[in-house]
Amino acid sequence: MLTTVEIEHLANLAKLELSEQEKERYAKELSGILEFVGQLQELDTTGVEPTAHVTGLMGGERSDVVKECNPKTRARLLHAVPRKAGDLVEVPAVFGENRN
Amino acid sequence: MLPNELTILAAHDRLVAKQFSCRELVDSCLSAIEKKDGELGAFLSVFADQARADALRVDEKLEERERIGLLEGIPIAIKDVILTQDQPVTAASKILHGYEAAYDATVMTKLRHAGAIVLGKTNCDEFAMGASTENSAYKITKNPWDPERVPGGSSGGSAAAVASGECIAALGSDTGGSIRQPAGFCGVVGLKPTYGAVSRSGLIAMASSFDQIGPFGKTVEDVELLFNAIRGKDLHDATTVQYELPVTSYELPHLRIGIPKEYFSQGLDPEVATTVRSAIKTYEDLGVEIEEVSLPLSKYALAVYYVLMPSEVSANLARFDGIRYGASTLRNRVTDGSNPVTENELSSVYTKTRGHYFGAEVRRRIMLGVYALSSGYYNAYYKKAQQVRTLLRRDFARVFEQVDALLAPISPTLPFRFAEKTEDPLEMYLADVFTVSANVVGIPGLAVPCPRKEGELPIGFQLMGRPFEEELLFALGRAYEHFEA
Repeated sequence: MLTTVEIEHLANLAKLELSEQEKERYAKELSGILEFVGQLQELDTTGVEPTAHVTGLMGGERSDVVKECNPKTRARLLHAVPRKAGDLVEVPAVFGENRN
Repeated sequence: MLPNELTILAAHDRLVAKQFSCRELVDSCLSAIEKKDGELGAFLSVFADQARADALRVDEKLEERERIGLLEGIPIAIKDVILTQDQPVTAASKILHGYEAAYDATVMTKLRHAGAIVLGKTNCDEFAMGASTENSAYKITKNPWDPERVPGGSSGGSAAAVASGECIAALGSDTGGSIRQPAGFCGVVGLKPTYGAVSRSGLIAMASSFDQIGPFGKTVEDVELLFNAIRGKDLHDATTVQYELPVTSYELPHLRIGIPKEYFSQGLDPEVATTVRSAIKTYEDLGVEIEEVSLPLSKYALAVYYVLMPSEVSANLARFDGIRYGASTLRNRVTDGSNPVTENELSSVYTKTRGHYFGAEVRRRIMLGVYALSSGYYNAYYKKAQQVRTLLRRDFARVFEQVDALLAPISPTLPFRFAEKTEDPLEMYLADVFTVSANVVGIPGLAVPCPRKEGELPIGFQLMGRPFEEELLFALGRAYEHFEA
């Protein structure tokens, strides 16, 4: 059974703020689900290659060449940004003092 | 029949024959939406003005006696996880409330190029996570055949819109059954294409190795038409596959259908079992060879899905962080009585925005995924599930050496009632038990409705086939429709 401390760890990894009530609820729910998916342990998978994707396609990279962005698309993308300074997306400081 | 009740092909014929104008066709759908959708709740946004303007252009072409394509002027509804340029896209989530797409999904570019008319965006479970459309952050959608019951999910809005005549056809997405199950619950045809057949560029990603956009329609022919319009290799989606359509016409007596015995075990509602078995009988009558097959690892498919899918979800939803688009504490304070408001600190922008604007199921799956991918658990969960995915692919490959298609129920139950499966999330996950395998192994699945008497709830069956053999499934589906007509 997952503890609320473990849920807090997951919430931190997932960058989700949860209330105390939610932490308890998720601990219970996630434990149940993890128990269910734990049945995979019944299978012997020694030497079995993991499947990351199903088409078997390899490569398909394009060359690393900059293509112009359609100016209208660019305008729409910028329009959606919550905080910007001109054409720049503004982000609160990652390090150091915050200046509001 | 009213124009909105027609199929794509019938509507096309009548447009060309000038039995009604495109404007009348669009108005017929808009009128149905106006009359029904207050109750039904299939649509999140309706583009009436744009649709009428588009209709005008088609009518002008018809006036000039120009030829129009089969999809030209046909009103289509789009699940709200597909980007439609300059129009709202919400993924049925509050975190995208007010967001307008900066570009069209590839499927939208193709549809617009074909002249289809986009009526609006349909309701779904938030970020396509669910089997009932109850997880939408905006509204519930009702089953057109019984307002106390769910339309299925996650593409419940699209299925309900087609079933109720609010549109001629629709697009949805299927990651674990989200086209097929609502198609079954609403009594319409739905296709989950082979993984790689249809571009995911512009589809709000849920689980990148499972997601596929697919069509809903009133007939198999309509679904086939719509599929052919949207499929194809796309430079914007490196997982799309270049393939040629088979140059075969399929003769039913030469085809073999396998009935996977594990799908008919206990837990399957007896009425569903009886109805699906009668579909098997129909194929026997059509001269198809029927044989029982076994997919012994079937019971593990759901567990594989509920490890890998949340893992991919946790990565795909990391982008919703309040910085570049969508709801954000940088726009609006999210205050919580007990904690000091620190919403300008970066970490808190992330945690408060996501914690506040993502619904419960979304947060649940993100955390599941984070757990499965985290150090110490990765091998036991994520890697293990990937290995079982390989074993499941082998199972299906083996069976497809014996038979050409599989016939199975779509859902273990009839359309269920609201709140019936919302107490325990695992209950809702079990609704996917018959549909997930197709996504796990990457094969196509076609949901076909069985004949329904007045007052009965819809029940459908699904046909699964080899990768890129949608044509074979369409042939089988069309034959069933004609026989049962």
